[in-house]
Order: sequence, then structure tokens, then C-alpha cells
Amino acid sequence: MNTRRQKRYQKNTIPILSMVGPTGLWLLLFLAFPMVYVLAISVMTKSYYHGVEWVFSLESYKSLFQSRYLKITWDSLVLALKTSIICLVAAYPFAYILSKMRPAVKGFCLLLVMLPFWINGLIRLDGWANIIRDSGIINTFLLHIGIISKPLRMFKTDGAVLFGMVYTFLPFMILPLQTSISKIDPSLIEASRDLGCNKFRTFVRVILPLSAPGIFSGIIQVFIPSLGAFYISDIMGSNRLLLGNLIKNLFMSEKNWPAGAALSVLLIAFTLAALKLYSKIGSMDDLA
Amino acid sequence: MEEKKVMIQLKNVVKFFGRHKVVKSINLDIYEGEFLTLLGPSGCGKTTTLRMIAGFEEATEGEIYLDDVNMEGKPPYARDVNTVFQNYALFPHMNVYDNIAFGLVEKKLPRAEIREKVLNALEMVQLEGFEKRKPSQMSGGQKQRVAIARALVNNPKVLLLDEPLGALDLKLRKQMQSELKHLQQKLGITFLYVTHDQEEALTMSDRIAIMNQGRIEQLGTAQDIYEHPVSKFVADFIGESNILEGYVTKTDDATISVRFEFGQLDGIAASEFVDEEMIYVSVRPEHVKYSQKPVKDFHLQGIIKEYIYAGSSIRMIAELPNSQEIILLCHPQDTLPATGTDIYLYWNPDKAVLLHTNEDKLYDLIEDAVLK
Repeated sequence: MNTRRQKRYQKNTIPILSMVGPTGLWLLLFLAFPMVYVLAISVMTKSYYHGVEWVFSLESYKSLFQSRYLKITWDSLVLALKTSIICLVAAYPFAYILSKMRPAVKGFCLLLVMLPFWINGLIRLDGWANIIRDSGIINTFLLHIGIISKPLRMFKTDGAVLFGMVYTFLPFMILPLQTSISKIDPSLIEASRDLGCNKFRTFVRVILPLSAPGIFSGIIQVFIPSLGAFYISDIMGSNRLLLGNLIKNLFMSEKNWPAGAALSVLLIAFTLAALKLYSKIGSMDDLA
Repeated sequence: MEEKKVMIQLKNVVKFFGRHKVVKSINLDIYEGEFLTLLGPSGCGKTTTLRMIAGFEEATEGEIYLDDVNMEGKPPYARDVNTVFQNYALFPHMNVYDNIAFGLVEKKLPRAEIREKVLNALEMVQLEGFEKRKPSQMSGGQKQRVAIARALVNNPKVLLLDEPLGALDLKLRKQMQSELKHLQQKLGITFLYVTHDQEEALTMSDRIAIMNQGRIEQLGTAQDIYEHPVSKFVADFIGESNILEGYVTKTDDATISVRFEFGQLDGIAASEFVDEEMIYVSVRPEHVKYSQKPVKDFHLQGIIKEYIYAGSSIRMIAELPNSQEIILLCHPQDTLPATGTDIYLYWNPDKAVLLHTNEDKLYDLIEDAVLK
């Protein structure tokens, strides 16, 4: 019995390792190890020059409760939520129209949605900066035709950050929504109309509930990256710090690695909580 | 009998999809409390006709009346009909109770009344206790019962059924057929049923409309259609027929002969045919008989090609000299001649149907060609 099991183990080891091995090694090196490293740093002592002193301490986690950090965390959560909601409202009609298109046209429109991804996000945001800055295209034009006498303040505002966020993450909302709405069986919509619902009531009672998986998935896919994104507020924003900027600053300028690592752990915890919530909602009933 | 109320009236209904004419001028009266079946091969326009009555498609020309009200421009939710879909179309995000209550909730009925109606509907389709089930937890037959309950609970003037049993296995289909028929008789609601299954149509319907290429070829009771098909298509589509093509020779005003490629029939009482007209003679297998001696008036000789055992009967395949096959039903107890034996075929002249070769077909072809 034991030898047989051993034999089978030996027989399967090489094929399994050869298939799983490379991916496993990759994940280990570039995902598991950095995570563990971040976790380790977060429970060490701050060094005044560079890196950390390898002495165990929970000081960094205590420091998270400073009102400055709490406010930044709160601001980041609110902004991520706003971004998700605006993306949802903006993407839904678009995704709905997409899902009703003929396959060829739909494919083309989806390509247009994806196309900007081929250009680096920083460059695209710089492009927007050129459009909305004080001496940018919009202000120059409006000043020129005399509608305004001094430049509108659009660039380096909270509004510009929100706009940048929505602009960057909108495709992450459109794609899952579109998939989800396309999956709805047209005969369900006919059944709803047959049973007395007009178009609006059909939307409320059938289409919206059946696109719930897409809504949840889209919100998660927008919420998580917008919680950690720092370059958008760097380029578009005023001096207001967000979680992403704060972590960057703690590592780069303040040289407080343990605090930065602790904040990163917090961010990962938010993400895991959001994913857990998503899988729970997803398994609550078999919507898909 | 004549005083029956017309529930649905189709007047010259035409439907184009693009440049393709799917329904070609249909006229049909469906009476209150009747079980009427639209029967035809796929692509004959039967489902399109049903969908126009439901309001999912708009007729290109013609009018549809429901209980004397013109339905033109009325959306599905404003029509007092309900549909049972082929794929059930149950709402996957709702349990059985909410599915059945869907239409009642939309009518804003009081909660207690909805509850009573839903529970009655569940009892009607023998699904008591299934309220909390999700559609994904049910079998095909159960889902179809829910779909039927969901439609009937709204007490529609007409129930439209679009091949509702198509996805079920044979045994369940038979069972559901008789249940549906009994349900319809009990409730007295008008049923308009669409199917391509002739047996289903024959067993359930009060009347059958046979559709072919966007037209109704024949409308009548099952027996009417089986015994007196009006065209080759109907004779062929409903049950089995031996169809022989031949030319008419008039003997006198009341009798004709029909000349085939090999053989001839004499002394047929028929007055509506002209000399040299090409006609079809259609005979059901159960009516064809054979003899080993020549038969008066029948000059049809063939040889026995093979026997096919079919349990309660044996099918004899006889071959004419032009290699056309004629099917005969024999009793298994009979002593049957060996294959290869020469036989003479005959039948009771009353049981054969003589059909004009359909000139309409030609017009259809011309019309289709012009449209293309």
C-alpha cells in the first residue's frame, strides 16, 4: 500500500512539477516573497537612514492610528467609492447599448474601449493635463473667444483627480457589465414584456437583477485599483494625499519603511475583504 | 356550433423579414375555448405567426384582432395573451413562487390575492411545495409546468404555446401532452399551439392549421386532415401516404381513368378533373391491399421487395416497375408471400384521395424569384 502510493507519487512528480513548476516559481518569487517581505518590514523598527532595523516592533501599526493617516485613508476610500459609482452610472448605458449591437460592430466598439490601454497611462494623463491646465487648450480657447477673463481652475483640483480616476478605470467597468448583460437570454426579456412589464419595468425587474454579477465585478475591478493608484493624483491633483501617495512618500521621502509597509498591508487587507465580499455575493445565488 | 365566438382573427396577415416574405397572407379565425395547432415544418412561418399575435413581431400587412380589438401597435404587455416559451424562459434570479407571481405583481394585486392565485396555479400543475425552488434546481418537465402556471395564472384570453414540449424526452412529452389537453378542457381557455410534431398536433388539437411556406395549406380537425388532405404536402406531412403521379383521361362526365408511368386506374368516380390534367393519387398504407390475381379497374403490378417488422404490424414494401415504392400495412398473423413475388395492388376507391397538382406552388416560386 505504502510502496504503491510512493510509486504513484514518483511517477507523477516530474510531469506535475514540469507543468506547475515554472508558474509556481514565478508566483513564489514575484508574489509570495514580496508579500512576505512587506509583511516582515511592517513589524520591524524604523531606521533613520535607510531601510529598517531588524528589531521586532508594532510601532508602525500604532502609527497608523494617527489622525493624519486616518484622514488620508478615509479620503481614499471615499474617492474610490465615488470613482466606482460614477464609472457604474457612466458605463451601464454604454455597456447596455454594446450588448445589443451586432457582433461585428460590438467587437469594433470593444476594441475602441481597449485601445487606450496600449498607450501608457501616464502619457494619457499628461495629455489630459495639457487639455485642462490653466494655459491648456480649453482655457486658451475660452479666453480667446472671450467667454472668460481669467483661466478656469480645472487642473490640480480634486475634481481633476476624480476625472482622471474615472477616465482611467472606466473600461474595467464596461467590460464585465457588457459580458453580463450580453449573457441575458432575450426570451427572458420577452417573457417579462409578455407578463405585463413595459420597457422600464423590464429593466428594473429583469435586466438589472440579472446584470448584478457584472455590476459587482465591475465595482470591485474599479474600486481596488483606484484605492491604491498614486500617479493619477500626482499628476492631476492638488497637494491632497491619497493612500497610494502616502505609501510612496513613506518609502521614498520620509524613509519610514515600516509605516509604509503597514499601510500596504492595510491596503491588501481592504482588497481581500472586497474580494471576499464579492465571492460571497456571487455564491449567494446562481445568477450567472 | 355556428354561434362560437371568434377570439383571434387574422386578416391577410403578411410578414417580411428584410426582403424575405415569411408569412404570406394568412386568414384564420380561432374560436373561444378552442385548442388550435399551427403545424408545419421549420421555417413555415408558424412561430412568426404566434409571435405576431403575442406582439413580439409587428405584422407587415394585415390585421390581428383579439376579442374584436385590433392589436396593431399594441406592445406585448398591453395584450391579453400569455406565452409559454420553448426554452421555458423562467427568471433565473427568482424562485418558483416569484416567477409565477411575476405578472400578478405587475398588476399590483393585493398580496393575499397573489398568494392564493400562485398556490392554486402550483396545485393546477401539480407542483405543490415547490415555491422556494430556483429554476436551476428543477428538471425540464418541472420547469415547463412552472412556465405554464406562470402564463395561466394571469387568466389570459388566449394562451400561446411555442413548441413547449420540444425539449422534453418522448415519455415525458406524451404525459405532458395529455396533461395540457386536460388542463385546456378544464379551464376552457383558448390555446394556440405551435409544433412541428404531427403526432402531437393530432392527439391534442380541436383543429389543426397545416402551414407550409408561409401559408395555411389546410385547416380542419385531425380526422379531416388525415382522411381528406387537400394537397400533396399535407398528405405527405401528416402520417404516411403513397403518392402516385398520373394523367387524367375522362371516360364520361362522372368517371375518369388515371394513367401512370406503369399502370392505370379505371372507373374512378370524379368530375372535377379535366382531360390530360396531371394529378396525384394518395393512399394511406393501411388502405392498400394486394392480390396475386389481377383486380378489376386496378392495373398496378409490382413485386414484393421487402418486409419491415414493426411490432404490431408488418410493413410490406412493394416496388413498381419504375422503382417507386408502395408501402402496405399487413397483420403479423397473416401468411405473407415471399419477397420477389408478383402482386397486384388495389384499394377501396373511397379511401384514395385525388389531388390537383398545386399551381399555387408555381406562383410562389415566381413571387419568390421576383422578390429576390
